[in-house]
Amino acid sequence: MRVGYYPGCSLHGTARELDESLRAVAPPLGLELVEVNDWSCCGATSAHATSHLLSVALPARNLALAEEQGHDQLLAPCAACYNRLASARHAVACDAALAETIEDVLGRPFPSTVAPRNLVEVLRARLDLLRERAVRPLTGLKVACYYGCLLVRPSEVCSFDDPEDPVSMEEVVTATGATPVAWRRRLDCCGGAFSVARTGSVVRLSRAILDDARSAGADAIAVACPMCHSNLDFRQKALVRRGEAELPVLYLSELVGLALGLDAETLGLGRHFVDTKALVERALASKPGPAAKPGPRPSAPAAAAKPASPAAAGTEAV
Amino acid sequence: MARIGVFVCHCGENIGRTVDCARVAGEIGKLPGVVHSVDYKYMCSDPGQALIKQAIAEKGLTGVVVSACSPHMHERTFRRAAGGAGLNPFLCEMANIREHCSWIHEDREAATDKAIDLARVIVEKVKRNVPLETIRIPVEKRALVIGGGIAGIQAALDLADGGAEVVLVEKEPSIGGHMSQLSETFPTLDCSQCILTPRMVEVYQHPRIRLMAYCEVDAVEGYIGNFKVTIRQKARSVDETKCNGCGACQKACVVKNVPSEFDERLGKRTAIYVPFPQAVPNIPVIDREHCAYFKGRARGMKKDACGKCKEACARGAIDFAQEDRFVTEKVGAIVVATGYELYSIGKDQPAAGLKGYGEYGYGTVPDVIDGLQFERLASASGPTAGKLLRPSDGKVPKKIVFLQCVGSRDPAKGIDYCSKVCCMYVAKHTMLYRHKVHDGEATVFYMDVRAAGKGYDEFTRRAVEEDGAVYVRGRVSRVYRDGDVVKVLGFDTLNGTPVEIDADMVVLATAMRPRKGIEKLAQTLSVSYDRHGFINEAHPKLRPVETNTAGVFVAGACQAPRDIPDSVAMASAAAAKVLGLFSNEMLEREPTVARVDAALCAGCFHCERVCPYGAVEHKEVRDRKGNLLKVVADVNPGVCQGCGTCQATCPSKSVELMGFTDEQIYAEVNALAL
Ligand SMILES: Cc1cc2nc3c(=O)[nH]c(=O)nc-3n(C[C@H](O)[C@H](O)[C@H](O)COP(=O)(O)OP(=O)(O)OC[C@H]3O[C@@H](n4cnc5c(N)ncnc54)[C@H](O)[C@@H]3O)c2cc1C
Repeated sequence: MRVGYYPGCSLHGTARELDESLRAVAPPLGLELVEVNDWSCCGATSAHATSHLLSVALPARNLALAEEQGHDQLLAPCAACYNRLASARHAVACDAALAETIEDVLGRPFPSTVAPRNLVEVLRARLDLLRERAVRPLTGLKVACYYGCLLVRPSEVCSFDDPEDPVSMEEVVTATGATPVAWRRRLDCCGGAFSVARTGSVVRLSRAILDDARSAGADAIAVACPMCHSNLDFRQKALVRRGEAELPVLYLSELVGLALGLDAETLGLGRHFVDTKALVERALASKPGPAAKPGPRPSAPAAAAKPASPAAAGTEAV
Repeated sequence: MARIGVFVCHCGENIGRTVDCARVAGEIGKLPGVVHSVDYKYMCSDPGQALIKQAIAEKGLTGVVVSACSPHMHERTFRRAAGGAGLNPFLCEMANIREHCSWIHEDREAATDKAIDLARVIVEKVKRNVPLETIRIPVEKRALVIGGGIAGIQAALDLADGGAEVVLVEKEPSIGGHMSQLSETFPTLDCSQCILTPRMVEVYQHPRIRLMAYCEVDAVEGYIGNFKVTIRQKARSVDETKCNGCGACQKACVVKNVPSEFDERLGKRTAIYVPFPQAVPNIPVIDREHCAYFKGRARGMKKDACGKCKEACARGAIDFAQEDRFVTEKVGAIVVATGYELYSIGKDQPAAGLKGYGEYGYGTVPDVIDGLQFERLASASGPTAGKLLRPSDGKVPKKIVFLQCVGSRDPAKGIDYCSKVCCMYVAKHTMLYRHKVHDGEATVFYMDVRAAGKGYDEFTRRAVEEDGAVYVRGRVSRVYRDGDVVKVLGFDTLNGTPVEIDADMVVLATAMRPRKGIEKLAQTLSVSYDRHGFINEAHPKLRPVETNTAGVFVAGACQAPRDIPDSVAMASAAAAKVLGLFSNEMLEREPTVARVDAALCAGCFHCERVCPYGAVEHKEVRDRKGNLLKVVADVNPGVCQGCGTCQATCPSKSVELMGFTDEQIYAEVNALAL
């Protein structure tokens, strides 16, 4: 399936491994990523803090481009980009006057037919393929799924999962053969864009997240946001206390790639600050799974895995 | 040849100021067929009506048009006057030149022209009116009450005391509803069972009430005054005529660990059970899903797996072979009182659009309970005999956190309405808690405290001032188990600070929702319901206990979240309405109903599909020898509400609404256009 691809600035910069891993897992999962030609900034962080019009117009421009280039879905792997695109679309849908202004600003019609999609949503829509092709199931690996703040909220904008008690990342992790752990800070803020301006706050918030994941017995944290990744991975050296083991922080696409049998380098696993080697070796050591034939659904502990959720049933086909 | 009289009213200055009534009368008087046309200051006054009567008598009028106010206002008045003068009342019509003309226009010239047009239109209609006869239908003076909660009980007792026969249908083994589960009730803190059970017994013993517990309404046919109701008596597996309620069967039952519905799953019951000791009727039911005998049967075992209850019963009342039975009852009116249930808090939601509160841990953390569960823990007849002990380890909770508005007033979770009773019962819960655990700490998270009602605000104040409840304004983001405590993370919006509480127990005041399956019942009864499933009243202010279907009334929490005083008031109101209906030997209905021309009807039954009231029936047309020629539509005049949808739909124009036939409507349009 052909999907418009909007990497945003992070995936060309600090989050290159997200870009690499996603491009690597796309073919086996039946996805053709077509990068939108001439894409520009989504307006995250600065635009929406300074100008409402700009915060809608910038993402709208990218959606309009995708539309022109024949897409009906636009995958924005960065949670902030996704949130901006979805928020802009929502704003235009709710405000006819704004919709007109935006068309003026863009200088082109904007019927808003392209649906923004996030990383988790797109992977979750391919669980059957993933289960079928997971030649190296990550059996025994305990993963804390970290949603952060931008992926599922606000609920009227990101309606693909329950905003307070989401399950979609856990579903994807379960399909890789790994086991999602039950923990509490899945939706807490990591400090986000304050990484530079107020490092103290980021350290406090991110440390609480790491502590909680660790005490829940996680071997790794899965994320779907470059900002979260940078706060938890890049800053982790500063966060861990003496004697504490570091906790690898992986993009969901990297975990999926490992399960699909892709090698660590292709997935960009060497780009992390927290060493992922031990984890990768563990994955490589795992027994080959039921490749090519759709095996039974890996069962997961009842507390963590909630397979059928009402939110899941309600989403459009991705 | 038509002889129409037209009477133009000034309505004092109301019409006269903007419309030149004399000119209207003059112009209309020139129309063919109009033999009399006058204007007068107040047509509805006695002398005004006398003018009409006199003209009918003297000029031999065949139709009357009163150009005045809205027919909602005075159509009855003028039809009665016409009738009094010997004219068929349905030959009298009104042209509305007040609300539709004088009140909304300023230009006198143009308004007068419009008034002439309006009157001319009605003149053309009346020329084509035919005499109609008021429909009279006999009334079956028995009422059906559906639901045996406090609302249904009250309605049944009021009706029976007022002389009517009542059939009370309750789907559970016992009547009582949610009120029977409550410990003490606001705003007076009187014991719920103490005030309820005498009324339940009264229902049982009342000579005019037929109590049908463990029954459900399966089908309803007919119309106001003449409903035919099919009731399914679910198999109790116990012969009601033999059982004397001794309880020996329950003692003998080997299955003792079925979660008790009455105790909100905090206690256990046997497979053969009465829901609670004061149940009415005090006759047990075998829960076939859990009973060892039936489970054995289902597994195909040849030998009976159990039969202990049968052995224990001295009266031979156990009847494993019993099956559902169907009974039909004829009733003249129906009161719906099916009550409410609580919003399901967890992930599994009964309806699309509803989203649960997975983050509050209900269902996974044992010490997170809902309001009704708290009632059972606080109730002397409850699973802990009235001692407040938390479910996980039976310890006395020293800190309880209560969360208000769980589900209610939260459009993101699918419910935007206020459940109305929670502010009150949470205040009550904090009091009950402090009365039982003197050193306990009760904290309430709230959005607003809504305590409108007699003695209500005083009651919530008492919770704070006398019983020391701590109210924190704000929402809770998460509830989870942390070792021995239940952690509550919230936010105090008055202080602007996060709050973290290590609680022993958390009580969620969840939204009130209509009962599961209410939509189906509403469709069976042809009554409308709102998007949440609450039964709609006919008019929110003026007809609060009637529904859109004549003869069907509504009471209690199935119409909206209601407390006991409200539910009882509604029930008495509904009973009064039914008794008012039953005070007539015959019901009079307007004859403006649809009628099918069997000769033209092709039997396509489009009309049946569009009729919102289920008034279209099938009629066989036979020749003289009795051979079936065709099946045509037939409108039951008792059910038809005269909306005209069938007429608009009929492809062969064989159904007409009396008083609003196509011919009449076209004549009106032509009078305006030509
Ligand atoms: C935790 C809590 C505490 C409360 N405390 C108080 C209080 O202190 N004071 C107060 O005034 N109010 C209180 N209330 C509100 C009170 O419970 C309701 O006002 C009252 O129960 C409404 O009565 P009802 O008869 O309308 O409904 P219900 O009590 O729900 O009764 C409905 C009955 O209809 C039956 N039924 C349902 N569907 C069908 C069907 N299809 N066919 C046949 N029968 C059917 C049900 O089995 C039930 O017996 C409290 C509510 C809660 C949740």
